[in-house]
Amino acid sequence: MEGWDPNTKSTLTQIPLLTTKAGPRDGAAWTQRLKEEYRALIAYTQMNKSKDNDWFRISAANPEGTRWTGKCWYVHNLLKYEFDLQFDIPVTYPATAPELELPELDGKTQKMYRGGKICLTVHFKPLWAKNCPRFGIAHALCLGLAPWLAAEIPILVDSGMIKHKDDATSSNES
Amino acid sequence: MATVKKSFHNACKKGNEFRLGGAQELESTAVLQVFLDSEFRHKKPNFGSCGGGAERARMEVELKEMLDDLQSLRQSLSDPSLHASIDKLQSRVDHLTHLAKSVPVRRTKVKDMSAEVVDSNPYSRLMALQRMGIVENYERIREFSVAIVVCICLLLPIYLSKKAFASTLGIGGVGSVAAEMLTRCGIGRILLYDYDKVELANMNRLFFRPEQVGMTKTDAAVQTLSDINPDVVLESYTLNITTVQGFETFMSSLKNKTFCPSKEGSGVELVLSCVDNYEARMVVNQACNELNQTWMESEAQLSRLMPVCEIARLFILIQNLNVLGLKHFQSVSEDAVSGHIQLLIPGETACFACAPPLVVASGVDERTLKREGVCAASLPTTMGVVAGLLVQNTLKFLLKFGHVSPYLGYSSLKDYFPTMAMKPNPQCSNAACLERQKEYILAKPARDAAEKAKMEAEAAAVAADVPLHDDNEWNISVLDDSEMESTGATSSDALPDGLTRELPSADEFQKPPTSGATDNAIDDLEELRRQLEALNAD
Ligand SMILES: [Zn+2]
Repeated sequence: MEGWDPNTKSTLTQIPLLTTKAGPRDGAAWTQRLKEEYRALIAYTQMNKSKDNDWFRISAANPEGTRWTGKCWYVHNLLKYEFDLQFDIPVTYPATAPELELPELDGKTQKMYRGGKICLTVHFKPLWAKNCPRFGIAHALCLGLAPWLAAEIPILVDSGMIKHKDDATSSNES
Repeated sequence: MATVKKSFHNACKKGNEFRLGGAQELESTAVLQVFLDSEFRHKKPNFGSCGGGAERARMEVELKEMLDDLQSLRQSLSDPSLHASIDKLQSRVDHLTHLAKSVPVRRTKVKDMSAEVVDSNPYSRLMALQRMGIVENYERIREFSVAIVVCICLLLPIYLSKKAFASTLGIGGVGSVAAEMLTRCGIGRILLYDYDKVELANMNRLFFRPEQVGMTKTDAAVQTLSDINPDVVLESYTLNITTVQGFETFMSSLKNKTFCPSKEGSGVELVLSCVDNYEARMVVNQACNELNQTWMESEAQLSRLMPVCEIARLFILIQNLNVLGLKHFQSVSEDAVSGHIQLLIPGETACFACAPPLVVASGVDERTLKREGVCAASLPTTMGVVAGLLVQNTLKFLLKFGHVSPYLGYSSLKDYFPTMAMKPNPQCSNAACLERQKEYILAKPARDAAEKAKMEAEAAAVAADVPLHDDNEWNISVLDDSEMESTGATSSDALPDGLTRELPSADEFQKPPTSGATDNAIDDLEELRRQLEALNAD
């Protein structure tokens, strides 16, 4: 895994892997999977906080745990850019990865499908396929969303496609 | 109308002979000639040509312009002896304009398909297939239902840089073209699934009309299709089949048998997947495996290039993927200008999850492809070819004629059409697929008996066809009679030339012994939820 930035590498190895291969239509097995998802998300969030690299909030938006909503943010030039994050657990999960959506950025970048689904085709989906069913939501965030934000947000900011919410005060902060 | 065309043609010829019209007039008459050829030949209330109000308005505009052109032609003619024939033409165009206003917008429904060759019979050419002995009973097509899934999530051309294929990009291409073809064939019923609204960017598809902007795509399609052929029963579903709720609606709509209550199995003969993404294909696969529903897969793409040039970081990431052992498909996922169709019969052929999806290689060096600003693209021509192949295979399957291709690839740059057949993988990750495979094996004696009877009946016939699966060379696990070979992971090496895997197989993975007792982790869902919320709170 040479070439990975060492942070991602060590983070990835510390997120607990999942074992239950179950999707939202699988009843009790899905509940089991959901517990594993929570354990991985808790571990990942704790790890991020301990490394002072907290960058998202996510929670289930329904009792079945099939829809998730939250926030993610990225710091560029000392400014924090925050976006709504949402996704559904597809019926074919975990054979297919969740399609992470940043609805506020819909239409602002080419690296996105309709509805603000970020483009994961090249950098993430093969990894997901190879590691099914061991990867879960936490891995999708770590290996899918985080590098996407790192690659895209600076471009979007520099090209003026997105502005800091507090543009007026930004000069004071920086 | 034929007279008008003829006399106008003569007038053009005359104009030419006397060299009286300037270049401009000649050009405009040529345009008019094309117009006459294309429009008037079909202008009777004929099948497929009776569009809605938009088409009629266009025709009126054209007729008005034709009058103007005739006027200027008359003025430029020095020979007054020709004025009379021009005047005659003008009065005919006037008459046409009047007629155009009274042409019924839609033809009425046809009760029975007739083979009679008259202009008013929309089905005469199709029924000719039956007269020629190619199809045994064409009219059966009216009993058939086909579900077309068109969940498209690709980028819109709006987002693309001006250079990169922007003018040729389309979305929903294969699905809408296939739906139109089946409608023209007089299929009994079409169920359409999509989750989009018509946007201005869709206009290059021709299928949608400007006044349909804002409608759901399936509703707009139903409108257009019922104008083309009111005999077809059309159902429109706007939903996202990958969500739990959308999937349930999808399943129950496929199961609904009110159209043809006597039909066995589900309510449709065939599901056509015209989606553009892996996730939606896997969902169609799931539904069809569960319902034991035969379906066809289609893909038409120009490329799925990531615009990597300007994102160095992603580049680094991609190299990392190579390090992780994913090198073999890296170039594949950036493949281009290709398409394929595939027949999937649960239990009998490989399902979409039996092995990672195949990609037809473009046959050109990927590095020579420009990739700025492109995430994915598709040519309307590629879409048209794939839609044509898909519907042809559909008709052959439904009406039982010719050879129904199990897999047909299309590489447009080389005009290369690889074919193959795929047996199901006994280790498929899809549980419903495994169930169907079991059923298929159990039904083998009955199938053999039927086959034997058929063979004996055809014994007199010469030259038996080549067995369907003879060309299956790839080493996806073979399942034959009682022996169960499990060849495990599939390698792309054994695939026919020009075909490669789009995604890697899942790694072999041993489930750790689930003793539970060794696990001192929290096992209460509510407690876990609370923990995450607590972390989220600060
Ligand atoms: Zn399968």
